Amino acid sequence: MSARWVFLTLGLVLITGSPVLAQNDKPAVVPAMSERKSDPAESRRVEEGSGEQKFQQNCSRCHHAPEGFSPRIAGTIVKHMRVRASLSEKDARDILRYLNPQ
Amino acid sequence: MGTAQDTPLVSGGVGFITQTNGGNTTYLPVISPLAAAPLGKHLLFESRATLVESFSPKGNGEPGYDHSFFTGLSFAQLDYLGGKHLTVVGGEFLTPFGTYNERLTPIWISNFASAPLIFSLGTMGTGSGLGGMVRGPAWSSGSVSVDYAAYFSAASTNEQIQTQRSTGAKAEVYFPRKRLELGTSYGRRIERAHENFVGAHAWWEPSEIPVKLRSEYAHGEHAQGYWVETDFRFSRSTAMATPLTRLEPVFRWQQTFRSSPDPNDGLPTADAQRADFGLDYHFPHEVRINTSYSRQFSSTGNRNVWETGIVYRFLFPTWRGK
Repeated sequence: MSARWVFLTLGLVLITGSPVLAQNDKPAVVPAMSERKSDPAESRRVEEGSGEQKFQQNCSRCHHAPEGFSPRIAGTIVKHMRVRASLSEKDARDILRYLNPQ
Repeated sequence: MGTAQDTPLVSGGVGFITQTNGGNTTYLPVISPLAAAPLGKHLLFESRATLVESFSPKGNGEPGYDHSFFTGLSFAQLDYLGGKHLTVVGGEFLTPFGTYNERLTPIWISNFASAPLIFSLGTMGTGSGLGGMVRGPAWSSGSVSVDYAAYFSAASTNEQIQTQRSTGAKAEVYFPRKRLELGTSYGRRIERAHENFVGAHAWWEPSEIPVKLRSEYAHGEHAQGYWVETDFRFSRSTAMATPLTRLEPVFRWQQTFRSSPDPNDGLPTADAQRADFGLDYHFPHEVRINTSYSRQFSSTGNRNVWETGIVYRFLFPTWRGK
């Protein structure tokens, strides 16, 4: 199979499959952080030292918060970010608690 | 962290980008998948690849398009989360020099479709290394954190993994309350003509206003340059945004200075200045449109660069849970 067919097949699977997977996971999806709280762009003060503040101080510097994701990958996301953003162990714990408070 | 939250994930972006550079147009359908899989409590495997098909009109009155296909691994690494201050990385990793390569290259993050002109300085051309790296927070408190990274890379000419024999290190100080980061980088290529690179960066993202100010400087033995980028996000929350506040104006200013010829460093052959004006629009459901116009000034000729792209970001577990 040529690389081009791999490319096209993977693209179709991702484009068509990801919304389906997302829909299947809908009951378990963590709502967007912005939906659970008010808009961070507003002047509302977040709690000092909270996971939300640490998310804004570290993760949001480079990218916008995802609109929602399954709580089953919250730990994986935080481990990924711990390496990417050189998060301290405590900050990683606080952010995980913020992403998945259950 | 309980294992129930540690399901492997697939993320990344699918996009279609058009670029018109000096009158030559290129169409780029691109997929950039990312996978991350924890292996127990201390190990994490993560990888990102890029698959691009490039189409451009044949020109000279000929009908049809020339096209080429590119695949490459940006990184495929195993991370050992060794403790509070140390993560050991093995495999292929993003070269830790400056900020752009490690933080802003994903197509679902970058504000502009094209990398800064100085991108290849210090990142050893390809932006990837093959070997080992240590990194982590050297010291961290509520008001300041000091991070470090140091690596050694072997050379690889594999089609998907192209790296150079090199070594380097990076250190940065971050003041989270001020959202101010200052950092410095060093890199040394230790194959063919050895070359040293040094860099510095400053990021400031005040929490009171949704503005970001990012800048980076890099110096090589044949050229040096810098870029400064600022953007204004009317609303940081896509879910709460109105049609107007989904807009994000972006501006980047770049300058490069050539001290001696180097056909391989990827920078303009003569001193150049470039202004990039961008306007991004954030649709719901992780879809974003990036548009930009750039004007590049150089003694070898001025040029216009137009870029438009649409990118969808996906993020989901690899399998369903109970």
